[in-house]
Amino acid sequence: MEDNSTNNNTSRRDFLQRMGLIASGTVMGGAALFAGYKFETTKKHDSKIKALTAEHQLIEVDDEGNELPDQGNLSNLTYQGREGLHGKRWVMVIDLAKCRNARQCMKACQGAHELRPEQHHINVLQMQDNEITAPYFMPKPCQHCDNPPCVSVCPVDATFKRPDGIVLIDNERCIGCRFCVAACPYSARIFHWKEPLKQLEYEDDKARYSQMIAEGKKEEALELEKKVTYDVELNVPQRKGTISKCLFSADRLRIGQMPYCVSACPNGVYYFGDENEDAVTNGTTKETVRLSGLLRDNAGYRLMEELGTKPRVYYLPPKNRLFPFPDENLLTTEHQS
Amino acid sequence: MDHSLTIEQQKESLQKITCDLIKPVGLNRNFQIWMAFLSVILIACLYAYYIQMREGLGVAGIRDYVSWGMYIANFVFFVASSLIGMLITAVLGLSGAKWITPIARIAEIIAIGFAAVAGLVIVSDMGRPERLLNVFLYARIQSPILWDVTVVTTYVLISLLLYFLPLIPDMGMLQRNPTLPKWLRKVYEILSINWKGTPAQYEILHRSIKIMAILIVPVALAIHTVTSWLFAATSRVGWDSTIFGPYFVSGAFVSGISCLVIAMYFFRKNYKLHDYITEDHFNKIGKIMVLVSLVYLYFNINEFLFPGYKLKSDEAVHLHALLAGKHALLFWSVQIFGLIIPIILLLFKKIRTSGPMLIISIFVVLGSWFKRYLIVVPTQEHPFLPIQNVPENFIIYKPTLIETAITVGSFILVLMIISVLAKLFPVIPIWETAHEKGIHEPEKLSLD
Repeated sequence: MEDNSTNNNTSRRDFLQRMGLIASGTVMGGAALFAGYKFETTKKHDSKIKALTAEHQLIEVDDEGNELPDQGNLSNLTYQGREGLHGKRWVMVIDLAKCRNARQCMKACQGAHELRPEQHHINVLQMQDNEITAPYFMPKPCQHCDNPPCVSVCPVDATFKRPDGIVLIDNERCIGCRFCVAACPYSARIFHWKEPLKQLEYEDDKARYSQMIAEGKKEEALELEKKVTYDVELNVPQRKGTISKCLFSADRLRIGQMPYCVSACPNGVYYFGDENEDAVTNGTTKETVRLSGLLRDNAGYRLMEELGTKPRVYYLPPKNRLFPFPDENLLTTEHQS
Repeated sequence: MDHSLTIEQQKESLQKITCDLIKPVGLNRNFQIWMAFLSVILIACLYAYYIQMREGLGVAGIRDYVSWGMYIANFVFFVASSLIGMLITAVLGLSGAKWITPIARIAEIIAIGFAAVAGLVIVSDMGRPERLLNVFLYARIQSPILWDVTVVTTYVLISLLLYFLPLIPDMGMLQRNPTLPKWLRKVYEILSINWKGTPAQYEILHRSIKIMAILIVPVALAIHTVTSWLFAATSRVGWDSTIFGPYFVSGAFVSGISCLVIAMYFFRKNYKLHDYITEDHFNKIGKIMVLVSLVYLYFNINEFLFPGYKLKSDEAVHLHALLAGKHALLFWSVQIFGLIIPIILLLFKKIRTSGPMLIISIFVVLGSWFKRYLIVVPTQEHPFLPIQNVPENFIIYKPTLIETAITVGSFILVLMIISVLAKLFPVIPIWETAHEKGIHEPEKLSLD
């Protein structure tokens, strides 16, 4: 305040500068405190959860604590879809020795998720690693990576990793930038380049639904309400301009059933289960086996381990194939041409 | 420089400079015809975008495997070309090169045009453009898209400031110039924010320009490095590269400089600025073009030829498609006509003149655009797992008429921005030119 007498202007400027600094400091400090508070409150209280092993032992495992979603303006279905199923770590095992390209998995999947014939959540690929080794069929769903590149690059949290291991996509939030498509090394993602297959039906249902609501027929409308409400665990209704992909049939898991592809397979290719319980069940034979034993005895592996994506889908090598490859010349893969 | 000009001489000289430089200013008939022409094309292109909004992104050739196509290639090209503003104003300006005075503003106009429209180009690639706000509402900071949005916006803002700040003295001087239309003088009066040309004002101005010129260096490097990370963030063959940042930045200077040369040629000829943008400017810009092209060539060798030494199996498929397969013709045309031949030709002083450099620059711009296409598209045609059980058009990317029209539309927008800015304000700073000619207080002289 000494220069008060010398130059009024300067001191006022100094004062304003200081005020500005204090104000911006307060705002930034406040923001930091708020962010810290939010972080603390969204963290789970308990980072361990209980699970039952195959030996009927109760164990405590780390709750892979992805922070809980903010309810915000999310619908109940979307909220529970983001929350996932507690205490589970879903895992799939695909036995390549048994796959004979029946494609029932693809059909069931496309039916459930209302996809066009060229849209695959699961795609059975004809593989041949090199000229000498045998060709084989390889069903390829989303690998539900524990270190998912698609989730890292998504700018809006439309695709996310659930605590139970499933990677889902919220097509009500997706902006359609397709960065996740570029990032996925497994080509697991598809995009709705035009109106989805059942768009007309959906619009029709929606019109009838609003009419019923207007007429006050609330009970009759219930059935329709299910059809027109977006279920993030089924990703239906599909939407133009958004991404879709394999969801490990999260809607079926919620009601205690196997994924669509797993239960549709006639050849016993798929095992599905919970890693915490160390148990997987074959979708065809309904036989339940130890996951660790199955992988150990059959030299199970994961696709592109070197990329560090940590898939939740394991493959059993195509040794002693139960069926011969129908036509060796059928292979017109990208790598051969 | 002659420091002993009399007031009369200074006045005369200033009058000539002012007269020369503001002659093209104003929305004359030719300009109206030109804008009408651009508008007609733009409307056709907007109609194409309307179709895309209605039908979905499927009207473009992109599909599930090659899901980034011409739009993204074009986006990269736009971001690249906008870096010229930083190269001229910041790198050369801060290093004390006085000769850039007459071309600095042109470079900024190009930077603003390309950087601003780059944002729109990205929107045209979105499946759900109406959800653009989600990027801010649900922002996830680990996504490179968010970094890109942040730095591109910052770059546009700083470029606008670097364009606007040096305009202030000009507008201050011109607000009473009787040859200009009245409404334009009113605009100048408002925008010149009470410029009097006092030493104190000049000090603030110089200091602000300097701060902005320093600030724009990291931001410009960031916009193109982050743009390159959109690709390098993935593990795909051809994108999974550690040199993508500098590789993109060096390529940006090549395409930016060639855009600048084309603009210089055009303004010099049409605005009759031969006394200001001289052959020597072309000579000097030509030398810089050789330098940046050589750097870019060096990165190209690292990026394409050296992986060929190892030929990892996935890499082999990709490189084969580029160097000897499906994309070979385009690849070699781009490298030879867009990079190698220009480097060789520009080594000769005779070639570093306006005419030949215009032709070379057109080739380089074309090469730069297709180079972006070659960076974006072929990689996606070779994913890790084979492409099967999909129709033919999922395997091979063929751009459609509609996406071409939308891309043309983005160029039209850039041209419109450049045209309007170049018609509303002088393209060469009057005050700086005057200062360099020894007129120390142009404001005092012009206010009479």
